[in-house]
Amino acid sequence: MEEHTLEKVLESTLESVDTAEHTVLDEAQALGFDEDELHRVGIALRECMVNAVVHGNRYNAKKKVHLKVVRTPQSLTVVIGDEGDGFDPTAVPDPLVGENLLRGSGRGVMLMQAFMDEFQISRREPQGTEVKMVKYKAKAT
Amino acid sequence: MSVKLTTRQVGDVTVVDAAGRITLGEGASMFRDTIRDLAAGGHKKLLLNLAEISYIDSSGIGELVSGFTTVANQGGVVKLLNLTKRVQDLLQITKLYTVFEVFDDEAKAVQSFK
Repeated sequence: MEEHTLEKVLESTLESVDTAEHTVLDEAQALGFDEDELHRVGIALRECMVNAVVHGNRYNAKKKVHLKVVRTPQSLTVVIGDEGDGFDPTAVPDPLVGENLLRGSGRGVMLMQAFMDEFQISRREPQGTEVKMVKYKAKAT
Repeated sequence: MSVKLTTRQVGDVTVVDAAGRITLGEGASMFRDTIRDLAAGGHKKLLLNLAEISYIDSSGIGELVSGFTTVANQGGVVKLLNLTKRVQDLLQITKLYTVFEVFDDEAKAVQSFK
């Protein structure tokens, strides 16, 4: 099994979150992740897609979400880009601190970082935000 | 699948049995509306039975927290019952295990409201 790459351009809708979840989990399953790992990948993916649809593109039908999935024998890489105004991750309050614990939102980035092995946010050219997440297949012991 | 919510009374404790997925959209909205309606109706002792919740995202967790706050602001309390391992993990990662009282036995949970 060599590298397998999928790319999709999705609408800024909640239905796209489901589509992306199914797409990514199919690849994760092909890689051989167990049920718990699949669940974690699914959560990270949904959080990322929701951010792109809701906060990045703000459900704007003229803006798309760009999904890229790269599967190798050892890893799954997911790249999600929106066409929004950009995002400063340092501006997100730490959801684990003090009164932030009782906020009704703001946990998505933290969950992505917790559930994926690598997590990176960057500016997408010409406009928007791009998130890259990687999950590695655990080596057999 | 969205979420299915049914309520029942065990003494003066209102038990909300939830099944399905609490995610951004219909599931989280239904959950929010149900908790708010119960709080507005004067239900101050809410026990959320999450045994059949297969999936919850950060929006669903946000509604759990918002429900907790709404009920607390009216002098009530929300407790959790029968968390699956995955929901437990989420509450631990988000440190919400320090906010909610969690039970795996309904009788003990109901008794704790006294």
